[in-house]
Amino acid sequence: MEKFETFTGIVCPLDRSNVDTDAIIPKQFLKSIKRSGFGPNLFDEWRYLDQGEPGMDNSRRPLNPDFVLNDPRYQGAKILLTRKNFGCGSSREHAPWALEDYGLRVIIAPSFADIFFNNCFKNGILPIVLNEETVEKLFSISGNQQALTLTVDLQGQHLSLADGETIPFEVDPFRKHCLLNGLDDIGLTLEHVGDIKAYEARRRSEAPWFFT
Amino acid sequence: MSAKTLYDKLWESHVVRTDENGTALIYIDRHLVHEVTSPQAFEGLRLAGRKPWRVSANLATPDHNVPTTERSGGVSTIVDPISRTQVETLDENCNSFGIPEFKMLDPRQGIVHVVGPEQGATLPGMTVVCGDSHTSTHGAMGALAFGIGTSEVEHVLATQCLIQKKSKAMQIRVDGPVAPGVTAKDIVLAIIGEIGTAGGTGYAIEFAGQAISDLSIEGRLTLCNMAIEAGARAGFVAVDEKTIDYVKGRPYAPSDENWEQAVANWRTLHSDEGAEFDKVLVLDGSVIKPQVTWGTSPEMVVSIDQSVPDPAGEADDVKAGGMRRALEYMGLEAGTPMEMIRLDRVFIGSCTNSRIEDLRAAAEVAKGRRVADSIKQALVVPGSGLVKAQAEAEGLDEVFIEAGFEWREPGCSMCLAMNADRLQPGERCASTSNRNFEGRQGQGGRTHLVSPAMAAAAAVAGHFIDVGKLD
Repeated sequence: MEKFETFTGIVCPLDRSNVDTDAIIPKQFLKSIKRSGFGPNLFDEWRYLDQGEPGMDNSRRPLNPDFVLNDPRYQGAKILLTRKNFGCGSSREHAPWALEDYGLRVIIAPSFADIFFNNCFKNGILPIVLNEETVEKLFSISGNQQALTLTVDLQGQHLSLADGETIPFEVDPFRKHCLLNGLDDIGLTLEHVGDIKAYEARRRSEAPWFFT
Repeated sequence: MSAKTLYDKLWESHVVRTDENGTALIYIDRHLVHEVTSPQAFEGLRLAGRKPWRVSANLATPDHNVPTTERSGGVSTIVDPISRTQVETLDENCNSFGIPEFKMLDPRQGIVHVVGPEQGATLPGMTVVCGDSHTSTHGAMGALAFGIGTSEVEHVLATQCLIQKKSKAMQIRVDGPVAPGVTAKDIVLAIIGEIGTAGGTGYAIEFAGQAISDLSIEGRLTLCNMAIEAGARAGFVAVDEKTIDYVKGRPYAPSDENWEQAVANWRTLHSDEGAEFDKVLVLDGSVIKPQVTWGTSPEMVVSIDQSVPDPAGEADDVKAGGMRRALEYMGLEAGTPMEMIRLDRVFIGSCTNSRIEDLRAAAEVAKGRRVADSIKQALVVPGSGLVKAQAEAEGLDEVFIEAGFEWREPGCSMCLAMNADRLQPGERCASTSNRNFEGRQGQGGRTHLVSPAMAAAAAVAGHFIDVGKLD
């Protein structure tokens, strides 16, 4: 996984709550056995006017001009601003794969669904929880003629606006450490092989019926 | 010793180690695998030169992509080449890594969340995970069961563990008894209507109270299945005699020599008297009526005797906007009585409601009646090959076929339309599945979630109707 470094990016405002992972990446694209190439089908049903299927040339499909991702102001966005309970529904990791493949590295919302939130960190995406009031304020600025840009500083745990105002955010220390250093969870866990084997041996004698 | 919740007991018995900041490594007893969320995990193992930690902890079966029509030719009968490749890839990965798998033609194949309990492969006291959010289902056995992403599937395969933080504990107590005709599906939809789809976020939910203990194990599987629709990764019910009776004699259940010891352990799997929860919610089960969703989120739900709600009556602007968008997508007018809503298709199946008791409940309604002429299709998709065989032994297939339903092969089917079973744009469906999201059952499709009996009643009437009112 790539290290998460400080960057400045355009904010795309997706003004909906309860955006589910079926909307983020519809089921027909889950048939792939790869983990890349989902970006062109991110929000497929909202983004295009036709019905999307795997294998289509997405560059020739009719875009929905009313969908925010197609707004010229937000092209190249690296930050998605959205409403509460983002990423609810299916556990499909294809959702963060699609967001990441599109180029989004940060999602800001008042709350996230648990499995999605967890999946983001495994893929170099930082989900940031801000209070409703702050999210509302960012929505109002990002609707301006000129798109909102934010600088995301994970080490310092704050966002900065162009005028210098900063917004602090919370992040779990372990997840922060993994993102900043691009660490692979499996490698970290395998440092504790001795502990796992000891647990397993004890468990095998206490509850042998789990090991048949 | 202080009083513990069931969640404390399940969690503490699986902690391998804990960091100073509270991040824990927990041991996973059972890993269920299907074809959609596993290929990239197996590929990751292969690229890193890793092997599964303990192959016997895994159990795989294809379910999302399998056709439900005639398929005796096996994988080659999957018409869509991309779907076929995904099922073939699961077979290849299980073969090469030595993972036990019920392949497409195995009579034990089925929806992974139906197969696990049916085989006794998910047991009380276990940690159970799967790359599928509906893994919460297995909590009905008194297990800690939750869905994971593909990176975590790879992590479990490689280490038999997951890196987790302990959730907060919530108890949802539903006092009972419930009225006749009110099912586990109605109870869980009523709970979601009450707390919302994010109400359980950050919590592990223990369902308790008379309405819950009155449920059969299959009813509890339906209930826990939809804990995730309330935002909780895990939902569970304490072990009682029903749980123990259910497990006894199943293929993966403890053998005779271990049985007594296992049962003694399982009898401790309940919250202690006086245990404290971070949140407690109490519902009066006696007032719950059959539920029908009207919108594009499971929290958009009303009783069958109510009408489609009006966004104008909603004080929260963001919520009112969501309601308006849902009404537009669903093609519904506020104020329409639910019983006036006419349907195009009916789907009885999914990991929520495809077990034998679900099929019996639907067949009881269908028996001696006919699917309305206005219904284009009414599908019955059993949850596993063994459920199908049991239903056929009881003659339920004939009841359905005589009534005009289609009797299919087991799989996820129209719950998420990854196979050929799907809604056309604008079509409206009464479905016993778990999600009414936009496009879930096919792009532009409109889903209303109901219980099996209510789905069968809707098929017969051509519109929603309280099953108790059917002639």
